[in-house]
Order: sequence, then structure tokens, then C-alpha cells
Amino acid sequence: MSTDLAEKTPAGASVGSYLKSHLRDYGMLLALIAIMAFFQVITDGTLLKPVNITNLFLQNSYIIIMALGMLLVIVAGHIDLSVGSVVGFVGALAAVMMVEWHWSVYATIPACLLVGIAIGAAQGYWVAFWRIPSFIVTLAGMLVFRGASLWLLEGQSVGPFPREFQALSTGFIPDLLPFVKSIFGVERMNGLAVFAGAAIAALLVWLGMRTRTRNQAYGIEGEPFSFFVMRNVLVSGAIIFVSYKLSTFRGLPNVLITMGILTVIYAFLTESTVLGRRIYALGGNQKAAKLSGIKTERLIFLTFINMGMLAALAGLIFAARLNTATPKAGVSFELDVIAAVFIGGASMSGGVGKIVGAVVGAFIMGVMNNGMSIMGIGIDYQQMIKGLVLLAAVIFDVYNKNKSA
Amino acid sequence: MSTLLKMQNITKTFPGVKALDSVNLEVNAGEIHAVVGENGAGKSTLMKVLSGVYPHGEYEGEILFEGSEARFSGIADSEKQGIIIIHQELALVPLLSIAENLFLGNEVSSRGVINWPETFRKTETLLRKVGLREAPTTLVDKLGVGKQQLVEIAKALAKEVKLLILDEPTAALSESDSQALLDLLLELKSQGITSILISHKLNEVERVADRITVIRDGTTVSTLQAARAEINEERIIRDMVGRDMAHRYPERVRNIGDVLFEVKDWNVYHPDHAERQVIRKANFHVRKGEIVGIAGLMGAGRTELAMSLFGRSYGQNISGEARLHGKPIDTSTVSSAIASGLAYVTEDRKALGLVLDETIQKNISLANLEGISRAGVLNEAHEQTVAEGYRKAMNIRTPGVYQKVVNLSGGNQQKVVLSKWLFTEPQVLILDEPTRGIDVGAKFEIYGIMNQLADEGRGVLMISSEMPELLGMCDRIYVMNEGALVGELAAKDASQERIMSFIVRS
Repeated sequence: MSTDLAEKTPAGASVGSYLKSHLRDYGMLLALIAIMAFFQVITDGTLLKPVNITNLFLQNSYIIIMALGMLLVIVAGHIDLSVGSVVGFVGALAAVMMVEWHWSVYATIPACLLVGIAIGAAQGYWVAFWRIPSFIVTLAGMLVFRGASLWLLEGQSVGPFPREFQALSTGFIPDLLPFVKSIFGVERMNGLAVFAGAAIAALLVWLGMRTRTRNQAYGIEGEPFSFFVMRNVLVSGAIIFVSYKLSTFRGLPNVLITMGILTVIYAFLTESTVLGRRIYALGGNQKAAKLSGIKTERLIFLTFINMGMLAALAGLIFAARLNTATPKAGVSFELDVIAAVFIGGASMSGGVGKIVGAVVGAFIMGVMNNGMSIMGIGIDYQQMIKGLVLLAAVIFDVYNKNKSA
Repeated sequence: MSTLLKMQNITKTFPGVKALDSVNLEVNAGEIHAVVGENGAGKSTLMKVLSGVYPHGEYEGEILFEGSEARFSGIADSEKQGIIIIHQELALVPLLSIAENLFLGNEVSSRGVINWPETFRKTETLLRKVGLREAPTTLVDKLGVGKQQLVEIAKALAKEVKLLILDEPTAALSESDSQALLDLLLELKSQGITSILISHKLNEVERVADRITVIRDGTTVSTLQAARAEINEERIIRDMVGRDMAHRYPERVRNIGDVLFEVKDWNVYHPDHAERQVIRKANFHVRKGEIVGIAGLMGAGRTELAMSLFGRSYGQNISGEARLHGKPIDTSTVSSAIASGLAYVTEDRKALGLVLDETIQKNISLANLEGISRAGVLNEAHEQTVAEGYRKAMNIRTPGVYQKVVNLSGGNQQKVVLSKWLFTEPQVLILDEPTRGIDVGAKFEIYGIMNQLADEGRGVLMISSEMPELLGMCDRIYVMNEGALVGELAAKDASQERIMSFIVRS
């Protein structure tokens, strides 16, 4: 994850000019830090309290998970408006399966993911092979699956769910390393969380250094060394800080692990695999990609299948978090997800965007939601401010692009 | 006869390319003035300067129109002065009626409300003037290209035109439509309208032009006058081509082997109109180390032939056989065609050949990602080595392979496309207009690369609309017309006249 930001520039660039020329890559990360600092101060430190950090992850996990899939869809040059409705539908389906049909949790989860895949395939089929605009197909899907969840639940809320299912969202990884807290001599501290945080930070630094030396061996110019150090100190510091904070509450939330693993997988997929590269090429110039031997239709189909699966997973997590399925679940989630991807630097016309950007974008939205709620700002103002932030982020992006062109 | 327009020492540079170098053009009132030159000579750029597409300040030199200096800030500005340009790509709105198109942006209205009866009345007058018998309410969509061209001219007349510029107006027209259009030009001339005609077709120019300005490599070469009997094809061609043929194309020792690539009875039907046959029973072959050309007019079906061969990227109901080394190969999808050893360099590199917003490195590897990956995981360091290698071998002029291709000049972009295809290790390369929109120096380099490919024992099939280029580069030339290969010439027997005579006679 750390290597994504390591863009290449000519040798000898100073930190200042390097940052200037890569403002697009780092801008949103800096914005996130600034927003967090702002709310940390204005909420008298509530934002970064262990319980609130835990909440931040729980509240935003499903948006982030869907943003991973939406990034691929948007990079491929399409859009999926149906994800909010799919969240509602899959949550409703899971509720009916478990509560009314008495299916086991372990049958329900895979079945629901398969339904998500099928939904993605059903929409992707028309987009990919019939060239129906994705806006229309998924707008139709949005209506259909919203209706379908109403129909499934007969307008009622269904719940509660078995404990194992709730654990999907509100569960925590048990402290497997209880001895750690005795080392530090802290009473309430989850050893595993601290250890995991430190380990991940170390791993990131190690991976970053390995890529850096390998690039240098091939003569690829990377970022200035001082910049490399600064970035790694910041990122690993943030990870250790967050994991320490989490450890003093209830440890690592299950959903954080799910989200983290998925983020790593998708970052790797988009940046380091043939499949990922082809999706970017497809979004950048579909005709050229096709004439280069890339099976563009199949690729579009796959991105929608993937989106369906992730939307289903998000639906399960959301239902588990509320411990009930309601017909209104997931309403307007698609807008938050799409906004996150665009705030993260993806381009409406396809071919541009990064997984880390989408995650950062989702956190910007999440932190603002959370911070403004703590401050007691009404939903009316919240919506307006979020809308303006989305607009500002995209204007910033376009401005930077024009400047560099 | 008074001078209507005088363009003096016009110089226009693009990053890396000097498109115009002190060009002079003088047009008299009431004449038809032709501007001729090879592709890329700078004709269209000159017209864009004249019509304000490149506003005052973006070029050097001055424009005198009706005796006073004109500094156009945009198309609207030059149109107000009565200079109206009709582009190669027609600028009509297909789903609006003829009348709506004629007065688009210039509506007959009072206080924003359109006066339809007056609009229709004026439309009918204008249509009569250009000899188009259609109702004013007919949608432009329903008209053929020839009639659309007439609508464009009527639209120009609606704006009180003083100087009408036609950019390759007959390029897409049939013979009879072209004749009708030229007659209309003469008719307009008799009504006192001055026009500039940009054309490749020298017989047309000869027929209607009073004077001809020849442009070559961004400079004015000569202005010929009909009145002094200076206008004849030979003279025009000599001025257009200029340099000695021998020095325009790099030397090559021919080493031609066995038949490498062979296509038999290739038939293709139009993708939308299943009954229309686009390629008729094409038979041809390319030998090892041979550069084979396909000549023909625009719309002859050359690109369609190439694309249908390359993974059925064009057409439907394709039948016929493609063989490599005598064995049938699978060309049913692009990836199988690539795997079989074919490569196709498209004529439209921006729209079909490159991912413009991506780096040179990522464009070069695009058609052979397997070559830089293991088990689906990319090795970017290896990718960089590969791209760097091609950058040096092809002499792609850029600081590094992390540059986006959108910032490169046409010649360098074309080298990136060629690199992409060479990385797939093709045995046969189909090059479709490989030097279109490239300046002279880069053309020479591309020719050098083509010769090298042939020397390495590959087969090269070259499609080009520039006959001198085909004559200078090819060992053998097929002539294509209306979807069929109508002639074949060995290099030593080929000439522009013989190629044209095949086209005319078929």
C-alpha cells in the first residue's frame, strides 16, 4: 500500500518541487489529515478517542468496501447506481433466510454473496455485451432491487440475527496476545491490536524500501529520500497510533480486518496485475484496448460482477451492524460510494483512479459525517457541506490536471 | 482584379513541429483559388489560421482582408467578416432539419422567438441557389453526404459569405456528386463569390481553379495561374513533391524470401448493413522481407480489409482464409490474431492506437502484458527495461518512458505504437497510413524502421493514400477500388499514372 504513492520523478527534485508536481497524488491525503486535525480540535479531542475511532471504522466499513468495487467500475468508464439498493436487498434476503427460513449463518453468507454476484452479472451483461449505458441499466437496478427488498420484507423490519452473524460487523478479534499488556503494564490494552499495528507498519516500511532499492537497481528514479522517510514515518506512525487507540478500547474490529485485507488485495490487483492494467487501459481508451487484444466486454462484465459481490458483502455487514433488516437500508449509499471514489481522484471519463485514493475519499466523507455529528450540526447543513466538499475536491483535481497539461 | 485576401509570412509552431513557415497566400476577389499540397503540408493549418481557429497572437505574420488588417479572435469573428469555412468533417446537426441547420446560431427571429414561415421561405431560396431539391423540414440525417455538403454551402450563403473555404469538399463524394459540387462552385463564382478550394484531386483543381498555390512542408512553393496556362498536373505534382524521390526514402537492400502471409477469397460485409459487401474476394500475399503496398482512394475498403483480417475488428459474415507459412491461422479474435503473428497499426493512432493519458511505458506493453508478467502479476521493473529499450531503438524523443503519450508529437506517438506492436513479436505487420500527420523528418525515420522490419525477415503490408510514399517504399503494390483488389504492380512497373488507371478502369 505504501508503494502506490511512490511516483517517479527526475533525479534531484527537491521535496518542495516534488510535492508540488505530485499534489494530485498527495493532496487528498493531506486534506484528510487537515480535516481530522480540524475536527480533533473543534470536538475537544473526541474525534480520536478510542471508542470514536472504532466507531469510524464500523460506520464506514461498508462504504469503503463498496468504494473498492466502484473504483474498478468507474476506472472502466462506467457507473453503478444500484449498489445502495443491492445493500438493502441482500440484507433483506439474509434476514429472511436466517429468521424466517432458519438457515445457518454459514449457509446464508455464501448464498448472499452468490446472489450479489448474480445481480452484478445480470446488470453487467447488458452493459458489457449489449452496450446499454451503465447509468440506465443500474438506475433500473436501483429501482428494481429497492422494490425487491420491500417485497421480501413485506414492508416490515426483520431481525434480530444470530450472534455469529452480528459478529460480521460488531465483533472484535479476541486478544490472542494477552501477555503484551503485562509488558507495557497497561490494564486495558489489546495486545494483538498493538502487535498487528506495529507489524503492519514494519511490513509497509520494509516493502517500501525493497521496492525503492529494486527501482534504483533498474535505474527508476523515485521520490527524494527525505520525502520517502517522511512519508513512511507519517504513515507507520498513523497506523501504530490508530492500533494503539483501538487496543485501549475493544481491540481490532472484525470488519476492520475484512476491510484492510480487501483494500490490500484490490490495491495489488489494480496496480500490479495484468487484469488491473487492462481495466485501466479499457477505461483510458476502449477501442485501443480492444485492438490490443484485450477482451473488453468480458472485462466490463467482470467489474460489474465484482461490484455486485462487494455490494452484497456490504449489505451483510450493514444488516449485521443494525441487527435488523429494514426496507430502507442502504438508501443513497450509492451516492456516498461514488462521491468517495471521485473525491479520491478518479475521473468521470474512466482510466484514472486509485484504490488508496478511493479509501481516503471514503474516510474524508466518513470523518466529516462523524465530526459534524459530534459537533451537533444538523443533517441539513451536513448534506450541504458534503456536497460542497465533493465539488471542491473535483475542481481541485481538474485544476491540477489543467495546470500540468 | 482586386485583392480580397492577403496572408503574409504566416508562421505557426506546435510543440516540436513548425507547421507553417512564413507562408504567403493572396486571393483575388471573384476567383476560385486552389490550395494544394501533400498530407501534412500545412493546408488545413493555414485555413485554421485564416478562420480564427488559431486566434490572432497564436501565429506570426499578418492577414489583410479587404485591405485592412484582420485579427480574428475566433471562428465567430471571422464569420462576421464573411469568411466561412466548410470543414472536411461536416458540422451539421444530424437530427435537426435542413432549415434549422441553415440558420443555426443565426436564427430568423424576433426577441428570441423563431419566425418559422420566414425561415422556411429563406431556406427554399437558398436550397434553390445550391440546386438541392429537398423540403426544408427534411432531417439532415436522411441526406447523403453529397447533399449534406450542399446544405453546408447553403448555410454559408445564408451568412452573406464573402470568402468561402472548402476543405477537401469532394473527398467523400461520388463522381457525379463531385461534378455537381464543382459546377456549383463555378456558378457561385459567376455570382461574385470568392472561394478557396483545398483539394488533393488535381483534375478537379485543374478544372475549376483560376490560380493555384502549392504548399509543401509548411512553406509556399509557387502560385500558378490558369490564365498563363501554368496549371497542369505534372507541374503541380513537381511543386508538391519537390524533393528528389531518391532522397525521400532511405536506401534498402532487398532480400525477399518465400511467401509468408497469404489471404484467399476474403469477403466482408458491412457491420450494419448485412447485404452490403465491403470486401469482395480479396486475394493477396506478402513474402518474407517484402514491403507490399495497398493503394486506393479513400473509401476503397483498405482499412476495412485490414481490420477484418485483424481479429474481425470490422464487418460481419467474414469468409476466406488467412495463411502464415502456408498454414491456416486463426484470426477470429484480436488476441488470436496477435498470437498467430499479426500486428495492425491503425490509421487513427489517437482514437484507436494509444491510451493517450497513459505513459509511454504502459502503452508499449499493452498488447503483450504476458511478456512483462508472471502468473498475472506485473513486473514493472522489467516493463520499464523493455520500454526504455524501445525508446532508444526507435529514437523516441522524450526525457523518459514515464511521459504521457498525449504530450508527444505525431511522429513520436507513431513510434510508440510501432514499439507496442514490435513487442508482440509479429511476423506480419499491417501498417495503415503509417505516416499520416507526421512531419517530414519523422516520416523518414518511420520509413527506416519499416525497412529494418523487412530486413529482419518480417512481412510488411502498407496501406497509404500517398502514392509517392507507396512508390518509394514498396516492392509490390496492390491497387484496391470499391472493395476489390483490381491490380497488382511490381515496384519497377509502378507509377502514379498506372495506379490511377487501374482505379479508373475498374
